[in-house]
Amino acid sequence: MSYATACNSPAVQTFDLSRKFGDLIAVDAADLSIQEGELFSLLGPNGAGKTTAIKMLCCLLRPSSGTATVMGRDIRQDPMGVKQIIDVSPQETAIAEHLNARENLSLIGGIHGLAKEKVKERSEELLEMVGLARRAKEQVRTFSGGMKRRLSIAMALVSDPQVLFLDEPTLGLDPQSRRGIWEHIAGLKGKKTIVLTTHYLEEADALADRIGIIDEGKIVALGTPQQLKENVSDMRVMVLRAKNLAADAIEGLKRIYPELKVTNEGIEITARELSFYDIVDYLRPRGVTIQSMSLKQPTLDDVFLHLTGKELRE
Amino acid sequence: MRFVELAKRNSREMWRDPVYMGLAIGIPVAFLVIFWALGRNIGDQSFLSTAMLVPGIAVFGFAFLLMFSGMMLARDREGAFLPRLLTAPLGPRDFILSYSLPYIPVVISQIVVCFGVGVFLGLEMPGDAVHVLLVFVILLVMGIGSVGLGMILGLLFNVNQVSGVGSAIIALVALLGGIWIDLEAIGGVFYDIGNALPFAHAIGAARDVMVGAGLDGISMDFYWVLGYTLLFFAIGSLLFRWRMVE
Repeated sequence: MSYATACNSPAVQTFDLSRKFGDLIAVDAADLSIQEGELFSLLGPNGAGKTTAIKMLCCLLRPSSGTATVMGRDIRQDPMGVKQIIDVSPQETAIAEHLNARENLSLIGGIHGLAKEKVKERSEELLEMVGLARRAKEQVRTFSGGMKRRLSIAMALVSDPQVLFLDEPTLGLDPQSRRGIWEHIAGLKGKKTIVLTTHYLEEADALADRIGIIDEGKIVALGTPQQLKENVSDMRVMVLRAKNLAADAIEGLKRIYPELKVTNEGIEITARELSFYDIVDYLRPRGVTIQSMSLKQPTLDDVFLHLTGKELRE
Repeated sequence: MRFVELAKRNSREMWRDPVYMGLAIGIPVAFLVIFWALGRNIGDQSFLSTAMLVPGIAVFGFAFLLMFSGMMLARDREGAFLPRLLTAPLGPRDFILSYSLPYIPVVISQIVVCFGVGVFLGLEMPGDAVHVLLVFVILLVMGIGSVGLGMILGLLFNVNQVSGVGSAIIALVALLGGIWIDLEAIGGVFYDIGNALPFAHAIGAARDVMVGAGLDGISMDFYWVLGYTLLFFAIGSLLFRWRMVE
């Protein structure tokens, strides 16, 4: 079952969901509706409010105001009911270091009340799925970061939850391990309702049916990756590689084109109207040697820059 | 019975850590032998006799257990393992049981090893099983209470803080528990503090039973220790409830 063919009943729905920490509003009146079978990604920079939102939905944090339902169960009124149908793979690798992989899976299955035979059967399937079957009897403190993260995701699946929360599942992993995790998550699409938080654009773009962009606690945009990119389809992104690109030249250009970001190789300028000649005329007198200029399709990074005025990796 | 799986995990984490188990059992034994040897050198047959030392050292060992149990819980909390468990359908009672039951075999091991080594060093056990059982029960309640106090520390502090506070409690038990020094002889505020805490009561009650006192003679001390144990677990339960939804 793909998201497109999924039924329309909301698996997760939030109603003005907010959480404050003193004067800081971590999540600000979030209204979301996530459909059953959908893979929904909350995309935002560190400190945007993603984890706070997930913690409220998992009944670990009490909302300051508003509420949410998970498969129709209210997180305020029926937290135990919510906990029976969800599981979570937290941002930090939350595993028992002195247990082996199989024992970790048995533990989570057991505390969710699964019968021993069922846990055994599920564990074997999941160990196979995440490629840890051969290391199942080793204490997990000997595992690499990527292996621990794969086990953490398998642990979140052992209870066969109706709604799965994955909080930054590939944070801090090398690109190869990240791709491996993506494959496992992609394999779950349509089978489970998945809420995934990430600050990696590529991750949200590659995996999500829909994306909610969150910044300073507010949902600033919502839609499929394609819809979000279409919002900036009339924008043009110029990639400029240059030598002697001094800070004052960049600052000057930023005054003309506010959506400018500095990359490893040069700068990228996003704007509805771009003039090659104007840019060249501005940079040349300032001693900048332009090596190449090209146009590219807007990415989610450009969407984020356009919506929030800042880069996602800031 | 979902707590059983978590209790099994906690037990495995503990028994698979040789340093932890070595310290939990080894330190009390080392102190017992050292102070017994000191007593022989000094010729002190009062506070450093085995009859006085063994119950005191057993309680001293619980203070280390207190620190270790607190550190395990604090580590789980810091490392996101506890938050993961808190998203499972477990209640405060499940957490209390799963973070305390695995320590009971360690408490029993500490008592048995301390008295076993004590007997080897010349300790005379009470002649009847009732007195032996009473000593065991007093120390067991104190051991469980120490685990409860460790749980409170683990729920309130991070690993480094638990280590610091735990060390302070170990020092407090050593100085004001009446293990090596007669609290009454010290008197004053030190006596009052030591007497207000459960450790000196547990040691005093166990010593009295060792020399023939019955439950009637030590009932106040025993209930003092029991009261503290129940209080520690009540506070632990409230703290778990608080940690479950912040």
